[in-house]
Amino acid sequence: MLNKFPLWKYLLVLVVLVVGILYASPNLYGRDPAIQVSGTKGTDADLSVLDKVNATLKEHNVTVKSSKLEDGQILVRFKNVEDQLKAQDLLRDSLSEDYISAINMAPAQPEWLKSLGGNPMKLGLDLSGGVHFTMEIDMATAVDTQLEQMEQDFKSDLREEKLRYRTIRRVANSERLRVEMRNEEDKSAAERFLSTRYPLNVYVDDSSSDNAFYVSMSEQKLKEIRDYAIKQNETIIRNRINQIGVAEPNVQRQGAERIIVQLPGVQDTARAKEILGATATLEFREVDENADASAALQGRLPPGTEMIMAREGYPVVLKQRIILEGSHITGAQSGTDEYQRPQVSITLDSKGGAKMNAFTKRAIGKRMATVFIEYKPSGKTDENGKALPPIKVEEVINVATIQARLDRSFRITGIDNPAEAHNLSLLLRAGALVAPIQIVEERTVGPSLGQENIEAGMTAVVLGFVFVLVFMLVYYKGFGMVANLALGANLVLIVGVMSLIPGAALTLPGIAGIVLTVGMAVDANVLIFERIREELADGRSPQQAVHFGYDSAFSTIFDANITTLIAAVILFAVGTGPIAGFAVTLAIGIITSMFTAIVGTRAVINLFIGGKRIEKLSI
Amino acid sequence: MQILKLGGKTLGFMKLRKFAMTVSTLLILASFVSFFTKGLNFGLDFTGGTAVEVGFTEAPDLKQVRDAITESGFEDFSVQLFGSSKEILVRLAPQGAGVKAEVIGNQIITALQKIEPTVEMRRIEFVGPSVGEDLKEQGGLAMLTALICILIYVAFRFEWRFAVGAVSALLHDVIITLGLFSVLGLEFDLTILAAILAVIGYSLNDTIVVSDRIRENFRKVRVDDTIEIIDISLTQTLNRTLVTSITTILVLIALFVWGGQTIHGFATALLFGVFIGTYSSVYVASAVAIAMGVSKEDLIPEVIEKEGADLDPMP
Repeated sequence: MLNKFPLWKYLLVLVVLVVGILYASPNLYGRDPAIQVSGTKGTDADLSVLDKVNATLKEHNVTVKSSKLEDGQILVRFKNVEDQLKAQDLLRDSLSEDYISAINMAPAQPEWLKSLGGNPMKLGLDLSGGVHFTMEIDMATAVDTQLEQMEQDFKSDLREEKLRYRTIRRVANSERLRVEMRNEEDKSAAERFLSTRYPLNVYVDDSSSDNAFYVSMSEQKLKEIRDYAIKQNETIIRNRINQIGVAEPNVQRQGAERIIVQLPGVQDTARAKEILGATATLEFREVDENADASAALQGRLPPGTEMIMAREGYPVVLKQRIILEGSHITGAQSGTDEYQRPQVSITLDSKGGAKMNAFTKRAIGKRMATVFIEYKPSGKTDENGKALPPIKVEEVINVATIQARLDRSFRITGIDNPAEAHNLSLLLRAGALVAPIQIVEERTVGPSLGQENIEAGMTAVVLGFVFVLVFMLVYYKGFGMVANLALGANLVLIVGVMSLIPGAALTLPGIAGIVLTVGMAVDANVLIFERIREELADGRSPQQAVHFGYDSAFSTIFDANITTLIAAVILFAVGTGPIAGFAVTLAIGIITSMFTAIVGTRAVINLFIGGKRIEKLSI
Repeated sequence: MQILKLGGKTLGFMKLRKFAMTVSTLLILASFVSFFTKGLNFGLDFTGGTAVEVGFTEAPDLKQVRDAITESGFEDFSVQLFGSSKEILVRLAPQGAGVKAEVIGNQIITALQKIEPTVEMRRIEFVGPSVGEDLKEQGGLAMLTALICILIYVAFRFEWRFAVGAVSALLHDVIITLGLFSVLGLEFDLTILAAILAVIGYSLNDTIVVSDRIRENFRKVRVDDTIEIIDISLTQTLNRTLVTSITTILVLIALFVWGGQTIHGFATALLFGVFIGTYSSVYVASAVAIAMGVSKEDLIPEVIEKEGADLDPMP
């Protein structure tokens, strides 16, 4: 029998449509501007915090739509963005630093939809408003730091092994060290010793001298250094974002040296940049107790030491060897000791703990300085007009006497006041960066422009949709109506699928992709209907015409759509942000439109004409 | 209703193919001349630099705006209205090293607050030179990859002469669309690149429908003349080509008129691309296939019918 579907096909169409409608529906409820209050140190917000939040907002006459405590977080919804931002300022001042208040656009769909996993589409930054940063890591500095560390390690290791070196120094303008020993015998011993202890380096003899050899890092080691630098920066950025207060930040790696940071809803971009852009590293160094500070000021320094000014303005002479880099710090908290004096407790990772332990074993009673290093733009260019690397500014932020053998966690006491302890703990946390980082791209969209983009995009979708509906109805009459139903179903499916895919965000070009899909989706139906008309003109009966029309148009539709899909996939692979958004909606639209235009319309047409005696088609 | 009532007549498209080829060649040449003399007006995405869009509550005096920015120590910038008389767009070329480029946007806003304290930040875009270079490279790569993948797919699904025809049509569309952007000096940024890739998808869609029909008619129609078969196929698919172009152009007009300033260039590229793509699928693709010497014998011996049957699980 021609043009009859088995029951399961009707059911399939029905089920796909119902699921599509279900998951598209959360978008109808929109989102509320909201603030999310949560604990910073693993503590949960509780009812007393909720009371305090409510009281604070009431006191300053901020209208609250609703506020509730859920899963240890407080969610306060507002009527508009002004109230939301005002509330964030108020809460930032009134809550203790154990809690952070983050802005959020909270979906407003009913509970039952939420429990089914139904959420509205994520909006891209061009629609929601917010900041997009691309940050680039200065890998040259990461490698430099590592080379310096290597130089110091070699010196102390060779000394310990009683192998006497003449010089160990960095070869100018290259990433190599030159180790020169006293004699040939020592040279081979040193080379053997170092290459077993540090197998990831490449050791090459200096052809011009019998007593010297070069050491450079292997590709594998360089890769490890770069990987580490990017991972660490990523982690640190995530931590810093807490200070900015955004509920749904997106931090992800892009390529080998870049990190993307997206902060929806943020308006104060200057502040966000200050917090994110603070590039700093930290080192613990031993103070040279024998050095004479006034001699040091005149530039006379004992070998192997250098002078760094303290924040308070006095000189400190430090041994060059770094005890520990800030990258080993995993936590720093300010608080008070048992005598209510301010202190900072520090925790290290296991490698750092081991280093600290080894050093303090023989250094009790000596003093250890904390050096804070910032990188500021140099303001100079080389002959090619490329910016020179930033200038290193070093500063001693704390000097403490080692009281005992230290381990993974220890504390610095004897700090003047709580504010200073708090400051020190912040610097310790922020200063753990191994390589400086810099903003190389910014795209900020203000909330009003975002709203305008949404409105313009929606207008274009609705009008484009209506134009096509009218045209199809006039041109294909009854069959046009069916194609229009399919087009409507297609829109619902696109929105439903977009809402279901966790990573997909709707952007303005994404909306354009939907508009374009609306225009192109009818193509499949046009192909089929034109075929049916041809078959009718060739004298086939209506039933046969429908049957052959669908059949012979299929492979053409398939071919034509695959190629557009190829273009969309490539766009997605190379594009970021808005472009990827366009590719996603285009790809989803192509797939859903194939379903609605081929299976969907056929189901409707079969339902009406299947198995009936039809004299004339409304086409 | 039908756009063209032909009543079984075949239109002699290919009679005009020499003329069409001349027109196309001239357009392509003109595009190249424009690339070399005027070049493309690359946008911020590719050149790097800073753009700041701000909204005033009432139309500001542009001279005053320029003075305020100059006073803050900036040179080499442009100020223009954007969309309405209350919105302005300030563009700055990439600044020399040593300037903290990422804070320029905020400095411009601070400068403009002197004119109107409540001036509203609508958009800040800053692209560092290294990022711009990368985006340029990625964009070119995307375009090439797309063309190559499509060439492979079409060559695999059709006879190689059709594949060459299809890809020539695509190159034709891309070059002339880029040429239009060059001649009119429209800004070429990432969204335009996306639009051009979408044009590639669209134009190919059209070309494939036509090629599919030519392939089918080579087997079905008892006419030996290649040109006549192509004319028959083009006539048969003409209504479909026109209807799809009309619906697509309808939605693009909606996008162009109501989609907002940000998406204007995107809609322009697509509108023009769809127009030129429709033309190229009729003339360029088929004419190139003819020039390559496509004939009935090339297609008959292959048992291609099976292919369609395999791919036909749906009713």
